[in-house]
Amino acid sequence: MSLIRMSSPHVTRSNTSSSVMRLVLLAMIPGILALTLFFGWGTLIQIAVCLISGLAFEALALKLRGLPVSRYLGDYSAAVTALLLAVSIPPSAPFWIGIVGMFVAILFAKQVYGGIGNNPFNPAMVAYALLLISFPVQMTSWNLPYVLSGSDGWSIPALSESLSLIFAGSSQVMDAYTGATPLDILRNRDGFTTEEMWRSNQTLIEGTAAYHALSAAWFMGGIYLIYKKVFTWHTPVSILGTLGLVSAIAYGVDPSNFVDPFNHLTLGATMLAAFFIATDPVSSATSNRGRIVFGIGIGLLIFTIRTWGNYPDAVAFAVLLMNLAAPMIDHYTQPRSYGHKRARFGPKGE
Amino acid sequence: MKVFSFHGGIHPPENKKQSTRAEVRHLATPKTLVIPTQQHLGLAADPVVSVGEKVLKGQMIAEPVGRISASLHAPTSGTVTAIEELPVPHASGLTAECIVIESDGLDQWIDHQAIDYKSIERNELLHRIRQMGIAGMGGAGFPTDVKLNLSSDHIVTTLIINAAECEPYITADDMLMREHASEILEGVKIIQHLLKPIKTLIGIEDNKPNAIRALNEALANTDIDLDLVVVPTKYPSGGERQLIQLLTGVEVPSGKIPADIGIVMQNVGTAQALHRAINHGEPLIQRIVTVTGEAVEHPGNFWALIGTPFSDLLSAADLKPGAMHRLVMGGPMMGVAAETDAIPVIKTTNCLIAATESEMPEAPAAQPCIRCGMCEQACPAQLLPQQLYWFAKGKEFEKAKNHNLFDCIECGACAYVCPSSIPLVQFYRFAKSEIRAEALEQRKADHARERFEARQARLEREAIEKAERRKARAAEAAKAQAERKNQSSSESGNSDTAALKTAAAVARTKLKKAEVALKNAQDKGLDGVDTLQSTVEKLKQTATEAEQALKSSTTASTSNAAPSKSDPKADKPDLKALKQQVSIMRTKLKKAEAAEDKDLNEIKTLKARLEEATQAHTDADHALIELANNAGIDLKQLRIDVAMAKVAVTKAERMISKSDDEKEQETLKTELTSAKSKLAQLETQLKPYE
Repeated sequence: MSLIRMSSPHVTRSNTSSSVMRLVLLAMIPGILALTLFFGWGTLIQIAVCLISGLAFEALALKLRGLPVSRYLGDYSAAVTALLLAVSIPPSAPFWIGIVGMFVAILFAKQVYGGIGNNPFNPAMVAYALLLISFPVQMTSWNLPYVLSGSDGWSIPALSESLSLIFAGSSQVMDAYTGATPLDILRNRDGFTTEEMWRSNQTLIEGTAAYHALSAAWFMGGIYLIYKKVFTWHTPVSILGTLGLVSAIAYGVDPSNFVDPFNHLTLGATMLAAFFIATDPVSSATSNRGRIVFGIGIGLLIFTIRTWGNYPDAVAFAVLLMNLAAPMIDHYTQPRSYGHKRARFGPKGE
Repeated sequence: MKVFSFHGGIHPPENKKQSTRAEVRHLATPKTLVIPTQQHLGLAADPVVSVGEKVLKGQMIAEPVGRISASLHAPTSGTVTAIEELPVPHASGLTAECIVIESDGLDQWIDHQAIDYKSIERNELLHRIRQMGIAGMGGAGFPTDVKLNLSSDHIVTTLIINAAECEPYITADDMLMREHASEILEGVKIIQHLLKPIKTLIGIEDNKPNAIRALNEALANTDIDLDLVVVPTKYPSGGERQLIQLLTGVEVPSGKIPADIGIVMQNVGTAQALHRAINHGEPLIQRIVTVTGEAVEHPGNFWALIGTPFSDLLSAADLKPGAMHRLVMGGPMMGVAAETDAIPVIKTTNCLIAATESEMPEAPAAQPCIRCGMCEQACPAQLLPQQLYWFAKGKEFEKAKNHNLFDCIECGACAYVCPSSIPLVQFYRFAKSEIRAEALEQRKADHARERFEARQARLEREAIEKAERRKARAAEAAKAQAERKNQSSSESGNSDTAALKTAAAVARTKLKKAEVALKNAQDKGLDGVDTLQSTVEKLKQTATEAEQALKSSTTASTSNAAPSKSDPKADKPDLKALKQQVSIMRTKLKKAEAAEDKDLNEIKTLKARLEEATQAHTDADHALIELANNAGIDLKQLRIDVAMAKVAVTKAERMISKSDDEKEQETLKTELTSAKSKLAQLETQLKPYE
């Protein structure tokens, strides 16, 4: 008889890395739905653009590297990167923003380092940061939530308008739909206090509900992923906890010049970052303690850059900076092994 | 009882229900039993039977070797047909020494009896356990007598009986507990008698309600101080270190054994075997083996004799032909895949899984590590499997060792959860074996270096000693030579002394002989006594004269202390001897330089002596030339003339031998004679200066 001779273990759990990625895509659906509901068809079109270009670039890179294209495309990692970038960029951004972004994300932030599992930085965030710095106008013309534009109540514009915005880039339509984000408004107060802004600004009064709902959608998706054990609670809890704590302290000291913690957590991309961006396993710290330190760092950086930095939303930079620090965090947060008195601390002996 | 927890762990599908439906069956005695001599940790046992010998059931067929070893016994009566290398159940698939017994179908027991372990000495009981071949039956096979042989002042705080059986598919211990719970407890009593633990615990997983019930019933009926602790089902809670942490909350320090912290663990199967050995006199010759998997029709448990081939077990469970794709010895997490079913059951074989392809498919191709950290979440030893994988892959073994690679128990939980299907445990095994091989190389290299250094030191020492000896000898020789030079002024004087010595000796011997003859003649009253007497007188006179002469000459020569530089021979230096001396020195030097271990000092001295000899030769040559000059002869020219004359002679001779013509020969012959005469003349001229 011919028996297969293999080394133990002889059974394995059925999940694969592609199934993990698919779960992440699934968990992004509520957020994408919220984006479409409040901000129009733009997000879906961006997703299509990013997906197609991302998969194309990944296939090209794999071919150049001589690897089996279908196997590596089938692990859905390019799809996750595409979606993350698509929901980060303004829904009415021109189509080439998405293409350039995916080019950078796939080829320069991932494949050049050796493909999946080897990238030191979060690819979507590298692309976002590069786009933000290179094309500030296009990247900062955010849509207003449709609850504000148009006449009364909800009015989601037609698909054709969104398509023309993205692919043709007509500026008149642009002005009607875009405006500053709440975080933008709260930053550039021109001397007014935050309470005054809250009372006077139209976007802040009516528009923040949309953003709160959007954050809630990301939060739901994130909780689902924790339940499915795709990642542990450490990163999201430490990001949100740190940001909430620091902003609460600042707000408590001077409410007129700082944004309150609730809005810090629900405006901007905080929830998206906490559950979908910072939890990218490849570029974050490995051990649980490391993840807590990683999250604390991100939270602090988000608050700092938002309050005193140049850009209203700091998530991308915060994540990238902590990605840089992740290896060192790993050195200093190793777990204590069974039978040893103390954990290894520091890179000595490495 | 409080139950603690251990880090990580997984919950693979249990697959235990298939094999616990029926009672444990007894497998029929196979025709041939193959008993490997190494079924335990430590040294292999040494066979004490020979081929062709008849053995009885339970007879010892191999004795333990060294401290850590176990004995082997014939599982049934029969004949030993061979002691040879045969395939054994080992991951390597290699062969090892086995004792083959052909059963005679009688199943005849050897005389055996129980002993009252409470009344015998501790050492005697341990010896008995060793003679009964009891080894750990949980999987490692550590000889039980060694494990229980703790010194009498070694305090055992906790004795833990491992009934967890955490691996999927295996139900051997479960069935043993269901059917022989009281025997297990009796065995535990023996262990308690030896170790005197403060507390005894049985750790069992909660997926075995029937076994728990059986144990509780047995506990109620047995007088024993023992606590049954039920732990939640999680793999690998049956691992020694994990179960200790579960039941006591204590971690065994890395690199140490549980006995170092006062804890001893034994498997339930070992306890039952102890009971059979001590209380019934039956050595370890059989065990329960689970035969399961989708490729067998009727999975279940069997009492199988040690040495039963796997094929017997598989057919007893009704193996479906062609269905078995993988045969695993042990559980699916840590078991070893076997290549053939012709290998025998040994003391540590607890399960056979005959798996179909769908049940245990080949692992998918490994994908890149996405650093998700699930392996870390699952590792019961709280290691960083991800880092160990990177280091093992990159062959950075120092780093892997520093990340506690050797604390890995190879349970396979990390590989089980890995979403990229990376064969993590294989990487760790590879890294461990590479590190061990490196350590072995290092030890060998160190050993070789030490030996080399010792040899170098020895050679140096010898060289120094040799040089000293030569120096001493040279000094002695110089002294002796100086002494000899001082002894006499002329050679005749020396030769005179020698002659006188011999003369005296001869005279003495002659005198002695004559005296003896005279005595003989006088005693026997022979004729010619007078002549003899006169001869004796004469000889006596000669002898005394000779002695006198010798005495006077030696005193005369010792007073002659002046060195004899005016030796007539010194006028004419012996050029040939000096030339010989030069060539001798040259060869000696060449030899010393070509030698393997050059002694530089020796070479230096030889060079000096060569120079001396060459100098002496040149001096002698110049002296001769001068001497010749004084007589009016150009020695150089004379030498050249002699050489040319020799050449002319040789040439003439050759021409003669070459030519055929008689007339030519005549002329050549006359030429030859003239050449020869010329040569003779020149040679006589040269002779005084040779």
